[in-house]
Amino acid sequence: MTGHDVSDTVPLRADLVIEYPFIRTTGPVVGAFLTGLREAVLVGIRRVDGTVMVPPVEYDPVTSESLTEVVEVSSTGTIVSWTWVDPPRPGSPWDTPHGLALVLLDGADTPLLHGVLVDSADELATGLRVEAVWRD
Amino acid sequence: MTNTPVPDGVPTDQVAEGPPIDLPPSISNVEPVLSVRTPIRLEYDFIPSAAAQQYLRAYASKRILGNRSPVDGAVFVPPRGVDPRNGVVADEMVDMVDRGHVGSFCITHLPIPGRRDLPVPYVSAWIHLDGADIGFLGLVAGCAATDVRIGMRVRAVWKPDAELAATAENVLHWEPTGEPDVPVDEAGNRGWALRQAATRGGDDA
Repeated sequence: MTGHDVSDTVPLRADLVIEYPFIRTTGPVVGAFLTGLREAVLVGIRRVDGTVMVPPVEYDPVTSESLTEVVEVSSTGTIVSWTWVDPPRPGSPWDTPHGLALVLLDGADTPLLHGVLVDSADELATGLRVEAVWRD
Repeated sequence: MTNTPVPDGVPTDQVAEGPPIDLPPSISNVEPVLSVRTPIRLEYDFIPSAAAQQYLRAYASKRILGNRSPVDGAVFVPPRGVDPRNGVVADEMVDMVDRGHVGSFCITHLPIPGRRDLPVPYVSAWIHLDGADIGFLGLVAGCAATDVRIGMRVRAVWKPDAELAATAENVLHWEPTGEPDVPVDEAGNRGWALRQAATRGGDDA
């Protein structure tokens, strides 16, 4: 028997799902950021050069030194870059077209990626001032 | 200042101490977040290749197909339609027997979440069918996990005929046949290496 001609048959197909139920320990620095989110507070971490990264990381990205000073930043900031997502992607937290923006929070030196909910792309602009809207 | 919080159940002698972390007042006196659930999920619409389609349809009637390489006659199971070592089409189908030996194996003692049909410990093994030149993964059962060994002869335990279908699940597991073992030095991929060496010797003669 030779050949792989299966053109006269209906192709087999199957829905396959691969799923891993990971639970990750956060460590004290990422944990502080998540604790802040729960408390409606945004925090970053002070780098060796004095600037503040949001979200915080455990090590300085340039010097590799351990970072330990978690600092609170503002829930208000400025859009430094953005895009418009239409339609929203499967599994997105938002079910309507929305912006995705890098927001430089007041008191931070690196921008944070998040959704910006406005009615149309016409309402978005670099330099736009935005503020966090927290869950009740 | 706060010391590194440790999740419940983690032995303290297994915790690496990092430097103390300074927290702002707004989050310094609340219960810290220690862990997060981050499940990941991939959904596939899986359509097998032509060779795999043929293999799966034959599998539904308890036949195991392989591909023979046109280059050196090596037999691959399951068939992929190619000889990946030589980059050539391999479309000759070979009927395999449903018995072989354990090339290597692993005893698993940790359960897979969601797989209640797979009680621990279970044994997964590279099954090298008689006449095949590579192994493929299967479960070994029908004996104690501690009795499984490299070179042990095994045969397929098929699902009841009424439950057979064009899926990879038709063989429930592989069970010992009781025949004498394949010597360890000839088992699994070592057997392939020996056959290759013998072929080269033949060419030289």
